[in-house]
Amino acid sequence: MGYTLDFSVVWHAMPALLWGCVGTLGLALAGMTLAMIIGVAGVAARDSKAAWLRAIVIGFVEIVRNTPFLVQIFFLFFALPLIGLKLNPTATAIIALGVNGGAYAIEIIRGGVQSVHQGQVEAGYALGLHKGQVFRFIVLKPALRAIYPSLTGQFIMLTLTSSICSAVSAYELTSVAQRIESDTFRSFEVYFFVTVLYLAISWLLMSGFAIISHRFFSYPTR
Amino acid sequence: MTPHFGLPEFGFLLQGLQWTVLLTLVAFVGGCTAGLIVALLRTSGHKTVEWMVRIYIGIFQGTPLLLQLFVVYYGLALVGLKLSAFVAVAIGFTVNASAFLGEIWRGAIQAVPRGQSEAAMALGLHYSSRMRDIVLPQAIRISLPATIGYLVQLIKGTSLAAIVGFIELARAGQIVSNQTYQPLLVFGVVGAMYFILCWPLSWWGSRMEARLALANQR
Repeated sequence: MGYTLDFSVVWHAMPALLWGCVGTLGLALAGMTLAMIIGVAGVAARDSKAAWLRAIVIGFVEIVRNTPFLVQIFFLFFALPLIGLKLNPTATAIIALGVNGGAYAIEIIRGGVQSVHQGQVEAGYALGLHKGQVFRFIVLKPALRAIYPSLTGQFIMLTLTSSICSAVSAYELTSVAQRIESDTFRSFEVYFFVTVLYLAISWLLMSGFAIISHRFFSYPTR
Repeated sequence: MTPHFGLPEFGFLLQGLQWTVLLTLVAFVGGCTAGLIVALLRTSGHKTVEWMVRIYIGIFQGTPLLLQLFVVYYGLALVGLKLSAFVAVAIGFTVNASAFLGEIWRGAIQAVPRGQSEAAMALGLHYSSRMRDIVLPQAIRISLPATIGYLVQLIKGTSLAAIVGFIELARAGQIVSNQTYQPLLVFGVVGAMYFILCWPLSWWGSRMEARLALANQR
């Protein structure tokens, strides 16, 4: 034995670790934005009249959801340069997160759109609302309310998944931790503390999302 | 002279696939056992115990699997346990599975109508018989789609053992890719292998979910 825990290395590396947190959040935010774009486009294509387009979307969703993110990011890491996209690791990671999250977003958004009954839309028209109003008040808000929990859960999942992007050395918390670890050999201390940081990030996100949900998506009580 | 991706390389990937399957099975069986305990503690009715188990589950849901593996891997070495890489990552995945399966089954146990356990109590059944004969058989049925969903997550998750250095399918893919310089082909094959493993399970799970939803409508 004779090993004593020494968390001072973590203390000295604090600025780098906090910047790593910023990197992780940035990565997750950019990835989620891309995922939402893919999600909305995917839902439109999923319900289009062209059978081949529907097949592509279904195939995309199944492939992404049934293979590990690590393999996806390695594949993209080598595939993107072949189609002329020579990107740095962080940009590659954003695309990988976006593609992965996009497949899940398609399923989530599709569920939300389907949750609004056609009868409600008709009722809206019957009350004399015009098209924009029907979309805004009758389709969009209830659909958002329905998918908000899954979507925010997905965002937290994406934030945690972004740690895998350290495998291609994208700039985020885990790769910062790996660098500190290889400098100090204090593996347990560094990874333990970084795990606590991730826990803090996901708890902060969860509370933030709960506040937003309460503020915007609670049913009017008056 | 760099070798091309041929039969020997494919065989090496298949060996990796075997380790992926073995790792998944060990973690799933271990996780089911520990997860059942977690679920029972979480629904035990003791406020302090329930609160502690909730935090236990929250920690695993709120941190990346990769970091959990790192902490278990280096933590076990720290307390003086000299374990092989396989045992170390298997413990890591088992602990993770215990939290996620525990939470899934907690939901399933609570989804069994209260009247069932109340009727069992009225019949004078004690806790173990009430759980074993009345509540759990119904809860298992409810939880099956989500349990299968987690199994797929677990198979995909074992790829992270590659980062810790254990040679399973994803790590085997990295090694072959470095040897042959054919990353797209190699990772394509590796991805296909994972897909063949996961997709039938996903399909089975969602079919069961649809049937369960139909049964509940009636």
